[in-house]
Amino acid sequence: MHITYFLGKIARALFTMVLVVTFVFVVLRATGDPAQAMLPEDATQQDIEHFRSMWGLDKPLYEQYGVYWLNILKGNFGQSYRDRRPVTDIMAERLPKTVYLMTLSIVFAVIIAIPMGVKAALNRNTFIDRFTMGTAVFGFSMPNFFLGILLILLFSVKLKILPSSGSDSWKHIILPLLTTGLAYIGSYSRFTRSSMLSVLNKPYIRTAIAGGLSRNRVIYGHALPNAAIPVITIIGATVGRIIAGSIVIETVFAWPGVGRLLVTSVGARDLSVVQAIVMLLSITIVTANLIVDILYGILDPRIRTKKGGV
Amino acid sequence: MLKQKNAVKEFFRKVPPLIFIAIVWIIAVFLIAIFHKFIMPQDPVATDLVNRLAPPSFMGGDQGFFGTDALGRDTLSRLIRSIYTSLTVAFIGSIITAVLGTIVGFIAAHFKGIVDEILMTLVDFQYAMPFMIMALLVLAFFGNNIILFVILLGIQGWMRFARLARGMALSAQEDGYAVAVKQLGATPFRIYARHIFPNVSNIIIVQFTLNFPQKIIVETSLSFIGLGIQPPETSLGSMMAYGRGYLMSQWWMAVIPGIVIFLTTLAMSIVGDWVRDNLDPTVVK
Repeated sequence: MHITYFLGKIARALFTMVLVVTFVFVVLRATGDPAQAMLPEDATQQDIEHFRSMWGLDKPLYEQYGVYWLNILKGNFGQSYRDRRPVTDIMAERLPKTVYLMTLSIVFAVIIAIPMGVKAALNRNTFIDRFTMGTAVFGFSMPNFFLGILLILLFSVKLKILPSSGSDSWKHIILPLLTTGLAYIGSYSRFTRSSMLSVLNKPYIRTAIAGGLSRNRVIYGHALPNAAIPVITIIGATVGRIIAGSIVIETVFAWPGVGRLLVTSVGARDLSVVQAIVMLLSITIVTANLIVDILYGILDPRIRTKKGGV
Repeated sequence: MLKQKNAVKEFFRKVPPLIFIAIVWIIAVFLIAIFHKFIMPQDPVATDLVNRLAPPSFMGGDQGFFGTDALGRDTLSRLIRSIYTSLTVAFIGSIITAVLGTIVGFIAAHFKGIVDEILMTLVDFQYAMPFMIMALLVLAFFGNNIILFVILLGIQGWMRFARLARGMALSAQEDGYAVAVKQLGATPFRIYARHIFPNVSNIIIVQFTLNFPQKIIVETSLSFIGLGIQPPETSLGSMMAYGRGYLMSQWWMAVIPGIVIFLTTLAMSIVGDWVRDNLDPTVVK
């Protein structure tokens, strides 16, 4: 295995992290006085002094940048002024809710979308193919908050069988799960379809068929593994974006996860919390991208040996 | 006369009925946006506390076509005003995106080397960083105002334009016409603006038609979560957020603006796809 391929990918991931932290630092400094921006209006002089020394605000800019990095690396994101608790504690409470909802949504979407995409590619221009493409266009144009509202109207208001907000029982997850899942199904199935189509035209598939392999063997043994790479990319991208993807959906269903926390914190300008979520989020994205890159290298030997790859 | 008839026939032969309906819808919402001042039956912010929460007229209400909200404001007038706000904000945002992205792409292609490296790293960074998060971060630190909001929308998706413009400019530089005008002593700005841009504008326009519906979704999403367009101004997203509170009794308040958003983005997406398939030479059928 080419170690340089993996090292290169890791270096790139780290570099992206550096850019994110720098970007947040610049935005924070651009507000003028971070102490004023980050602390509540009724903060005492003592609070302000403590904040200044913690983030090194009395030192020159380059030292502030260093102190900022140290705090981030130590996981020290300060306190939420609304809750008066460390931001890390609040995150520990909220994060599992988001991960739970979004992981189930992605799993649900994968289970439905991949067979659907494969089926569509094998039966071009039939009903299933048109249905798959239709779902994709629908998922792309339908804002998920509207889909969520329609599902609430149907299942909570009209049929009265499912709750419309909160997260107290397993019943609460069904509507947000359906809403996010349907949007993902649209994009996953479309990707699976186009990826399968391009693979099915390759000479080695014709060779496999000509060699007398069974239809299923050709599809699942030869075509699908090769078609998997773009599909993994798109799934990896959504995994990395679970928090970003949860912002709107958690607001619609009053789901108490990180996405909703971010929205309310932005509204209340609780900047320590916002900053922590942005960092956490960038780490998730960069890690997910890195895992996808490494998976690529393992799945497709051409990528890790050739310079640049796909 | 005969020729004209043939032209119409030709148009209908080339344009499938679904695309035609979508185009009609898009033209209709644009006309509503442009002439909103003249077609709003009432002042969209005028309250009438006696006639609150009236249902649409087709459901038995007597307070205007789409009824009234909890402050007695006329829903049809607010919808028209919202179409104007949402389309204008999304349109200006898309133009900023296209201009910004294209210029960055041209600069990267022109200077090459280290400039190109830095700009392309920024592009990668933007791909890795969800726009929504960046927008929320900036809105949290700087507070909300309409100009900042439009600029933020302008940032969404710029990197696609940058990549496209860079790629096309790199190949155009080698083309005979660019080399020829350079030999004639044209300045780089003139070459890009007068010669390269017109040659690649098709692809930029296609990208614009794909970016515009995304802009509408981003604007309505941000306004829906309360961080976009602020009252007393109204947008399709903030109308839906308002209606979210009345789902149990007045469901139409959220559904009406929702349908407008959905049909508009749907129409633009299918027309955009169709335009790309018919205009973009890089798409292999």
